[in-house]
Amino acid sequence: MTVTTAVPNLAEAVETSVASNLHPVASFDLADHPVPNGREEVWRFTPLRRLRGLMDGAPSDARLGWHANLPAGVTRTEVSTADAIALGLPAPVDRPSALAVAESGGAVVYEIAPGSQLAEPMVVELSGNGLEQTVYGHLVFKIGAHAGATIVLRHTGSARFNSSVSVLVGEGAHLNFVGLQDWADDAVHLGHVGIRIGRDARVRTVTASLGGDLVRLVETSEYDGPGGVLEQFGLYFVNAGQHIEHRLFIDHNQPHTRSRVDYRGALQGEGAHSVWVGDVLIRKVAEGINTYETNKNLVLTDGCRADSVPNLEIETGEIEGAGHSSTTGRFDDEQLFYLRSRGIPEDEARRLVVHGFFADIIRRIGVPDVESRLLAAVDKELEILVGIPLEVAK
Amino acid sequence: MSELRISDLHVDVLTESGPKEILKGVNLRVGSGEVHAIMGPNGSGKSTLAYSIAGHPKYVITSGSVTLDGVELTHLKVDARAKAGLFLAMQYPIEVPGVSVANFLRTAKTALSGEAPKVRTWVKEVNAALERIGLDGTFAARSVNEGFSGGEKKRNEIAQLELLNPKFAILDETDSGLDIDALRIVSEGVNRYMAQGDRGLLLITHYTRILNYIKPDFVHVFVDGHIVAEGGAELADRLEVDGYDRFVKAAKVDA
Repeated sequence: MTVTTAVPNLAEAVETSVASNLHPVASFDLADHPVPNGREEVWRFTPLRRLRGLMDGAPSDARLGWHANLPAGVTRTEVSTADAIALGLPAPVDRPSALAVAESGGAVVYEIAPGSQLAEPMVVELSGNGLEQTVYGHLVFKIGAHAGATIVLRHTGSARFNSSVSVLVGEGAHLNFVGLQDWADDAVHLGHVGIRIGRDARVRTVTASLGGDLVRLVETSEYDGPGGVLEQFGLYFVNAGQHIEHRLFIDHNQPHTRSRVDYRGALQGEGAHSVWVGDVLIRKVAEGINTYETNKNLVLTDGCRADSVPNLEIETGEIEGAGHSSTTGRFDDEQLFYLRSRGIPEDEARRLVVHGFFADIIRRIGVPDVESRLLAAVDKELEILVGIPLEVAK
Repeated sequence: MSELRISDLHVDVLTESGPKEILKGVNLRVGSGEVHAIMGPNGSGKSTLAYSIAGHPKYVITSGSVTLDGVELTHLKVDARAKAGLFLAMQYPIEVPGVSVANFLRTAKTALSGEAPKVRTWVKEVNAALERIGLDGTFAARSVNEGFSGGEKKRNEIAQLELLNPKFAILDETDSGLDIDALRIVSEGVNRYMAQGDRGLLLITHYTRILNYIKPDFVHVFVDGHIVAEGGAELADRLEVDGYDRFVKAAKVDA
């Protein structure tokens, strides 16, 4: 049986003028993040039994394999947890991220000098080599004012990983941040990416989650001044038995800020489960803002479940625009008919549609190497569906 | 000599309140080299005829047949009908985000001919076809129909007609929504296709305007799910003057 949920328009969204419990108070204090029992709003979709002890908080000094380039203009330092927090990081929003900060034994900080434009993408590759030990990771990217950078953070291999990533974007900076969850089949990853966007800064994130047994990413964004622009793109391909969860929270806490969200997923196989939650809070001060979120899910086979929950909390009516949409469904018959009416066989037409569905997001990454690798990964997933490789003309 | 033959075609459309009969016995024979215009008022079933021949899942053929050179199309899948030589230029071409026009056309050509076209010559062919129809080279890299204006979508359909070069083409109101320049350019494309001499055309239209550019050999008046009058190009001239009223009233009397 296929269970799908869809919230097609604003009218069915949760809109409230009172503070809600959709996004718990951020705090570095572990005591503020009790071990969840699974009935909490923010945990109700997550199969806690499959966390393999990630929430226990057992100390560990295990690390992921680390490989990174250091383009001119970037410096790398290791600082204590207290010094990291003193940088003014967005605080953890749940227990795993609080644990990641508390138990990592310090943070790795990459700093991009103000005004410097990176000539090449900065790529950080983290790889796991087994499930024996819990791994905590605390990573900070600090992008100086008016700097320009593309950062790729890629996860591969096998791991039980709690991560906290902070991204501080200075005034007028341009950041393109690509996060890839390219894990092995058995990996479990609970992560928080907290972004703070400086005045008039532009931030684009692309989050792609393909591998792992259970991946739950919380991506929070807030503004540090007016004029900031945030674009977030995401894609996930969920196979049998996989749980892939993306929870976004955009806090429009400054006036004249913008946000755009477009996450897309495809699901195939028994027990494939995707969760997408998009919370947007428009605070009273946030006049003149504009926000739109969309989530689309393609259910390719029976036995999958896609949960998609957009939420808008609006505390001021003095805004330029706010909206969201969510669709979950099977193939668009009209698209298939159009392609097939040109002689393209049904299997190939299906594959073209899914390929296009994701290519539409992937083409925005702006790192050719990452784009071609992701397209290849998507096509590989599609081989499971159809069983023959796709020839893609350039 | 090729032939598209439609015999006593009855078609239901699936609605929420059950099947509803739209086509009520259509008979038509299109030989290669011939242009047949099907003209009729809104809601007469013209588009249903086009879609059901092409195999759209929304329409159910309850009886009758459509053959292309003796091959029964109604038993074939949508893509097999195209492979048999049929092409439908749609009234509302569908957007396929993320699939480039070039990739789409190459995939279609490969499927139709059974082998992938040579990359170098094919790219030139695609660009030439797009430019002939007034779409510049950037369209090859754009997603199929996405963000195209209404006129650009119609031009893209005719570029496909020329590139895929089927035995028979059905144009479903390709002229509607086109300005006069676009209409001329699109018509020139259709005329180039027909100038090969061995292709057939079923031109579905609401207006006589396009018939100033594409000369029909036969005109069929379509009312209430079937053909109620047939003639040559002069029948279109009469429709231009009298409109469809006479035929609609006659159909009501018959019913």
